[in-house]
Amino acid sequence: MTLGNLGHLLVIFSFVTSLVATYAYLRATLLSTDNLQVETWKRFARGAFYIHAAAVIGVCATLYVIIYGHHFEYHYAWSHSSRALPWYYMLSCFWEGQEGSFMLWMFWQAVLGVILIRTNKLWEAPMMTVYALVQAFLTSMILGVIIPGLDFKIGSTPFLTIAEANPGAPFLQLNPDFVPKDGNGLNPLLQNYWMVIHPPTLFLGFALTLVPFAYLMAGLWRKQVVEWLRPALPWTLLTGVILGVGILMGGYWAYETLSFNSYWSWDPVENAVYVPWLIVIAALHTMIIAKKNATALKTSVILIIAQFILILYSTFLTRSGILGNASVHSFTDLGLSGQLLLYLFAFIIVATILTVRVWKLMPSDKDEVSTYSREFWLFMGATVLCLASFQVIIPTSIPVWNSIVQAFGGVSKLAPPTDAISYYTKFQLWFFAVITILSGIGQYFWWKRVQKGKMQDLLTPVWISLFISALLITFGGINKLPYIALLTAAVFALVSNTTIIIGVLRGSYRVSGGSITHIGVALMLIGILWSSGYQKVVSLNASGLLISKDDYFTKEDNKENKENVLLWLGQPTRMGDYLLTYRGPRIEIRDVPEFVPNTWVDVIEGDFHAVCLRDITIGEKTYHKKGDTVAVYAENAHYEVEYREPNGRIATLYPRVQFNEKMGLVTSPDIKRELNKDLYSYVTVGSDPKKAEEWSPTENFRVAMQDTFFVNDFVAVLESVGRTDKVEGIALTPNDVAVKAQIKILDKEREYYITPTFAINQERMVMRKPEVNEDLGLRVQFMEIDPKTGTFSFAVNSKQRDYIVMKAVEKPLINVLWIGTIVLVIGFMMSTIRRFREFRLVRDKGVELEKV
Amino acid sequence: MVESKISTTMKKIHIFGLIVIAIAIGIIVSTYGSASTYSNFTEAEELAKEGETSEVHVVGKLTKDANGQIVGMKYDPVMDANRFEFMLVDTNKIVKKVVYLSPKPQDFDKSEQVVVIGRMQKDYFECNKILMKCPSKYTNEAPDFKEATAEKI
Repeated sequence: MTLGNLGHLLVIFSFVTSLVATYAYLRATLLSTDNLQVETWKRFARGAFYIHAAAVIGVCATLYVIIYGHHFEYHYAWSHSSRALPWYYMLSCFWEGQEGSFMLWMFWQAVLGVILIRTNKLWEAPMMTVYALVQAFLTSMILGVIIPGLDFKIGSTPFLTIAEANPGAPFLQLNPDFVPKDGNGLNPLLQNYWMVIHPPTLFLGFALTLVPFAYLMAGLWRKQVVEWLRPALPWTLLTGVILGVGILMGGYWAYETLSFNSYWSWDPVENAVYVPWLIVIAALHTMIIAKKNATALKTSVILIIAQFILILYSTFLTRSGILGNASVHSFTDLGLSGQLLLYLFAFIIVATILTVRVWKLMPSDKDEVSTYSREFWLFMGATVLCLASFQVIIPTSIPVWNSIVQAFGGVSKLAPPTDAISYYTKFQLWFFAVITILSGIGQYFWWKRVQKGKMQDLLTPVWISLFISALLITFGGINKLPYIALLTAAVFALVSNTTIIIGVLRGSYRVSGGSITHIGVALMLIGILWSSGYQKVVSLNASGLLISKDDYFTKEDNKENKENVLLWLGQPTRMGDYLLTYRGPRIEIRDVPEFVPNTWVDVIEGDFHAVCLRDITIGEKTYHKKGDTVAVYAENAHYEVEYREPNGRIATLYPRVQFNEKMGLVTSPDIKRELNKDLYSYVTVGSDPKKAEEWSPTENFRVAMQDTFFVNDFVAVLESVGRTDKVEGIALTPNDVAVKAQIKILDKEREYYITPTFAINQERMVMRKPEVNEDLGLRVQFMEIDPKTGTFSFAVNSKQRDYIVMKAVEKPLINVLWIGTIVLVIGFMMSTIRRFREFRLVRDKGVELEKV
Repeated sequence: MVESKISTTMKKIHIFGLIVIAIAIGIIVSTYGSASTYSNFTEAEELAKEGETSEVHVVGKLTKDANGQIVGMKYDPVMDANRFEFMLVDTNKIVKKVVYLSPKPQDFDKSEQVVVIGRMQKDYFECNKILMKCPSKYTNEAPDFKEATAEKI
C-alpha cells in the first residue's frame, strides 16, 4: 500500500468513526438516565472517538512523512515543499496548503475531545454528540471522495499524486511515471519561526471555540439553561487566551516578515479572526455575571453561539475565494465553499432551534439592574466589545453582500473602504477608549469599591490619571483629539486596575488575573498609539533636489512619493538624524553566525550549496577554508546598510530580498531594536546578486601625467605612475618590471583611488591586471606605456553602480505594545487557571454528593 | 404601583436596546457611505470630471508581449525611485496609463490580474494601492511543470 492510499484510507476511517461516535452519543443522550444501556452506549461512543482521534493523528503523521521524505510524486509535497528546507520549515509546509490547515484544526479538536471525555463525565453524552458531529463535518473537508454518478466531490484530499491531481496533463502522457526531482518550495514569507508556531496556536484557538459551544448546546438540549456555564467558563477563558495569542503571533510575524510596515493592516483575513475573538471576550464577561443576571445569561447564550459561528464564517470568508479582489491574501476555492456554507447553516439552524425551544425556560430579571452593580458595568463593557466587532465585520462582509445581491440578479459593486487602516482605526479607537475606561470602572464595582450612590469613590483614580495623562500629552507632544482621548482612557485603566491590585487584592495573585489583563490591554493601546500614530519616516528625500518638473513632484501632497530613498553602493546619504551607507549584498551561510559578502562564495546554480572563494573568517574564527562547499540560503539576498547616528554610534541592518524563481521577489524588513523605539527598514528595490553584471563596451583613454579626463561622468586625474614590487595574484621574478598607476577619481563626497598595474617579464610578455571598484562601478585596465609621447593608455569599462531603494521608519515605544501583550497573556492565564480550579472543586463535590 | 415600576423597568432596558440598535444602524450606514466601488476607467473618468475626490477600485489585466514582458511598464529608480507606470486594460477593454507613486511592487512581473485603487487624473489613473493576483503563489491552478521536465530530459 502506498503512503497516499494509507492516508486516504485513514481519512475515510476517521470520518466514519466520528459519525459512529456521534450516533452512539446521540443514543446515550436520548435514553433516560436510569437506563442501563446508557453506560454501554457511552462506552461504545468513547471507544469510537478514541479510534477516531488515533486515525486523525495517523492522517497527520502520513502527510508529514510524505513531506519529510520528499515524496514529490504527491502533489501536496511537490507544491508546498522542497529539498532545501530544514525540518522545522517542513512543518510549515504541512499547513501552508488548505487541506493541511484543516488537518491541524481536526487534530486539535481530536486532542481536546479526548481531554473532555476524560475530565467531564457528567456532560459527556450530549456535549460529545455535538462535538463529534462538528468533527465529522470537519473531516469531510479533506475526504476527497467523489460520489459515483453524481460527479460531486466531497472535500479535497492532500493525498493525491501528481498524476491524480492533473489528469490528462501532456507531460504525463509522455511519461506516466514522472516524478519531479524537487518541489516547488515553501512560500518565502512563511519561512519564519513564527510561521512554525503561529498556525498551530491559531487553530488550537479555532478548535477551542467549539468547547463552550458544545457545552452550551448540551445545556440547552437537556434544558439545563444555567448549569452549562460552570464547565464552559474556564474553556471560554482558555479560548480567549489561545485565540488572542494566535492573533498576536500573526501580527508579530507580519511586523517582522512582511514589508507592510505594520503589525496589523485590517486585511479581511485578519478581521475575520479578530471579530470572533472580541465576541469570545464579550462572552466571558457576560458569563461571569450570568448566574445573577438573566439578561447576561441570554446574552451569553447568543454570544457563545456567535463566536463559534463566526469562526466558521471566517473560514468561509478566507477559503471560499469570495474575498477575491478585496484581499491581498488570495485564497482560491478548492470547491469547498458549498460544503462550508452547508456546515455554517447546519449549525446556525441547530443552535437556533435548541435556543428557541428553551428560551422561555430561562429566568428573567425581576429588578432593574442598578447602575451601582458590577453586573451593569460588565454588561456595558460586553456591549461595547460587541459593537466594536460589529463595526469590523460589516465592511469586511462587503464581498459577501455583493455576492448575495448578484445571486438574486441584482448589481452591487461595493468595494471595501480604500484606506483600511485609517478607516477602521477611526472607529476602533473610540470603541477601545470606552472599553478601557469601562475596564477600570468595572474592576472598582467588581470588588465593591464604590458604595451605593457614591460615584465620588472613583474620583481618586480619575484625578491621578488626568494628571499623568496631562504630563504625557504635554511632553509626548500628543496633539490629536482622538489620541488624547485614547491615551487618557488607557492611563485611567492603568491607574484604576493597579489601584485595585495593590489596594484591594493586596497582591493576591489568584484573583488579580482580571486586573492584570486589563493593564495589559491598556499598555498595548499606549504602545499602538505611539508606534503607529507617531511613527516617523526616516527615509525622506533630504537632498532637496527636484527630481522632475512633473506635477506630482511640485504638488504638496505627495508624501508617499518621497518616502523611498535610493542609496548608491558605498555612498553615504543623510536621512533624518542618520547617515546611511549601503555596503553591498550579503549572503547567509547556514553554519556561520554572520552574513558574509556575496563575493566570498560562488553559489552553485539551482542548488543551495556554494563553494568558498576564500577562507570564511569572522573575527578570530575561521569557519571554512577556501574551496569548501557550504550550505547557504541561496535565494536570500541581505543588503548591508550602515546607520551612523549623530553621536557616532553605528548600527548595521540587513534587510532581505528573496529572489524566488517560482514565487517572484519577496522582501522582508530588518529591525534595529532599541529600548524606546524600533528602527524598521526594508528594501523596496534591490539588485539580484546572482545576476551577472553587465559591463559597458570598452572605452580607451590616452593621457599624460596629471591630465584630467572624464570616465562615466566622474572626474579622473592620473596622479602618478610608479614602479612596484608586488602585484597581487602574480608572482614577480626579480627581472620582471611592474608599474602601477594612481588614478584619482572624484565622486560627489569623496575621492577614490584606482591603481591598475602593468607588468612585463623577460620574454616581453605583458600582463595587465585590471582593477575593479564596485563603489564606482568602474573597471580600469592599464593598457600600454608610450615612452615617446610620455602618455599612458587605459581601458575603462563601467557598469551601473549597485544601488538599493529602501524605506526606513522609526516606531517609538513599540516595546510597550509587546510588554502589554505579555502582561495580557499572563493575566488571562491566571484567570483561566482560577476558573478551572473552581470548576474542579465543584465537580468533585458534585460527585461526592451523588455517592452519598 | 407595582405595574408602573415594571413599566419603567421595561423602558430603561428598551432605551438601552434602542441605543445599541441606533449605533448598529449608524455603523451600517457609515459603512455604506465610506465603501468604495468596483469600477472601470470610464466611470472613474466621469467621477473625476464631476469633481468627486473619493477613490475607486478598478479591476484590470496587464498585457504581456511575446517575451512575457508587461507592456508599457516603466520604472527607473535612478531617475525617481518613487514612480512606477504601467498600462492596464480594464474590464471594458479600455487601456489607460496607471501611475503608482511608490517603488515597483516586488511581485508585479508575475501578476496578470491586478486591482488598482485610486482616482483618475487628466490622462492617467493615479493609484495608491495595487492588489496583485499571482497565479503561482497561493493557488493550486494547473502547475507549470515545464522546468522540471526539461531538466529530466
